[in-house]
Amino acid sequence: MTKPMPDTIHAIPEHARSTPSPQRRPHISTIGARAFLLEAPCDFDLPAQRRIWALARALRQWDDLSEIVPGMTNLLAIFKTTPEDPEVVTARLREAWERAESIDIRGKTIEIGVIYGGEHAIDLAALCDHTGLADREVVRLHHEGTYTVFALGSAPGFGYLHGLDPRIHMPRKTVPSLRMAKGCVTIGGMQTGVAVLTGPNGWNSIGFADHQMFDPQAAVPAIMAPGDTVRFLPERIEL
Amino acid sequence: MIEILNTGPLNTIQDLGRPGYRDIGVTASGAMDPLALRIANLLVGNDEGAAAIEVQTFPFRLRFSRATAFAVTGSGRATIDGVVLPPWWSQTAGAGQVLEILPSPASARAYIAFAGGVDVPLVLGSRSTSLRGAFGGIDGRSLTNADILELGTPAGTILPADGLGVVPPETALSALFPVAADATLLVRALPAGEHHLFGADAEHFWSQSWKISAQSDRTGYRLSGEPVRPEAPVEMRSYGIVPGVVQVPPGGEPIVQMSDANTAGGYPKIAGVLEADLWRLGQARIGSRLRFVRSSHAEARALDQAIAAYMDDVRDTSQMVMRALKTIAGR
Repeated sequence: MTKPMPDTIHAIPEHARSTPSPQRRPHISTIGARAFLLEAPCDFDLPAQRRIWALARALRQWDDLSEIVPGMTNLLAIFKTTPEDPEVVTARLREAWERAESIDIRGKTIEIGVIYGGEHAIDLAALCDHTGLADREVVRLHHEGTYTVFALGSAPGFGYLHGLDPRIHMPRKTVPSLRMAKGCVTIGGMQTGVAVLTGPNGWNSIGFADHQMFDPQAAVPAIMAPGDTVRFLPERIEL
Repeated sequence: MIEILNTGPLNTIQDLGRPGYRDIGVTASGAMDPLALRIANLLVGNDEGAAAIEVQTFPFRLRFSRATAFAVTGSGRATIDGVVLPPWWSQTAGAGQVLEILPSPASARAYIAFAGGVDVPLVLGSRSTSLRGAFGGIDGRSLTNADILELGTPAGTILPADGLGVVPPETALSALFPVAADATLLVRALPAGEHHLFGADAEHFWSQSWKISAQSDRTGYRLSGEPVRPEAPVEMRSYGIVPGVVQVPPGGEPIVQMSDANTAGGYPKIAGVLEADLWRLGQARIGSRLRFVRSSHAEARALDQAIAAYMDDVRDTSQMVMRALKTIAGR
């Protein structure tokens, strides 16, 4: 079974690397006795995520890990068995983070056609209220953005996209929609994405995309991969 | 071949799950009580991770189309053509015989393994049903009446004529897996990343007994009780999660993620259940009560070792019996 791999991985030139600051140490915590979560001591931005990608690549060499789950400027390392000493694990992870140099994954570009507004844009009005922008402006800011897939997670093939214009950031809903449709184009805080399953969803929907994101039978099941670029193309705007 | 005669909703085919794909958002799924699944498989001479039926709604009835070795472990009261089987038992059913599983008050999920395992296609390395993803098992759905299940080729194991059983883990390991006097399940856990943000409420989290609400399933258990909240609202970046993580949504009533959990989440996490206690949580029934007991890494290791020793014992003993019978049959 092959796993999706980024098309190419380039090291960033020396001068462009962000210098690790020794004062700012990552926060490391546990979930149960076998899973360790490292959170980058950085802003929510591309340089931080590039170091997470580098850390993920370094950790693939550890044969005592069963799984590595990069998140949004964080990484969960799941061990095959309960490690003998959690302090040793924490120290190893910290050292791996300090050594991790920023890598740039030049992935593919994915263009996704979107119907903005219309029956699936159930939260567009709330977004206008929250941002003080007209619906046309919200839609324009969303489709003019260039987004980077930071990580996949939550549901099969769901890509967390970074690059949302701060003017249309909108907190997750406190009461989730119970049956949001697969394909809804959504905003969750400073992130955006396309729902891959119909079901409960706390993000805010502003449109709809009919784009297959996951096929469990395919050699590469997920269409998106970390480092890919995503652009939304307005097919229709129904306001 | 097996024919499903009578099933409620949400009974599925499960094996030990499909870990390794969380980084593309695919939940591991797999048996809620992996110990019971592994033992059921050992009792019929299968690999421990062969696919079996997980029954969580009862009654459940199936018919064997030909002589088949099977085992029933975990919860439930099993009968074959109306004759009661001992708990945690395997034997060989004749062609046409009907196996029925009725609910038992103490625990939630029964596992039925068959010699050769349930033969459904592997998807991403596993036969487990992912109901949310709609793949695995039979077309990613629950079993329905009149479903026909094909079985794999048995290993050629010979079972004792009268059957073979094991001492269930909750009995064999009762000293290490205690239950409170009032039957509250004691679930050992370690504080997780945002535990300290809960201030005084963190103590209320550990001290009270929580009820497993009706909004609980293979995805996760929603607990009801006195709400606990962080001292200030926490907005988190999405992070990877595993079964056993105890997250606290804004309402203050915790959710314990289970086998079909999302692979990532954003709620603050107050605790993480020890992996060694997850099988017991997988057997906890809706409406029952549990209390989290603050544990240690050393205790986690001791419990892992005790479970491993118990499993070694079951594996060695069942293999010894089957080898001896094969030798006798060969004479």
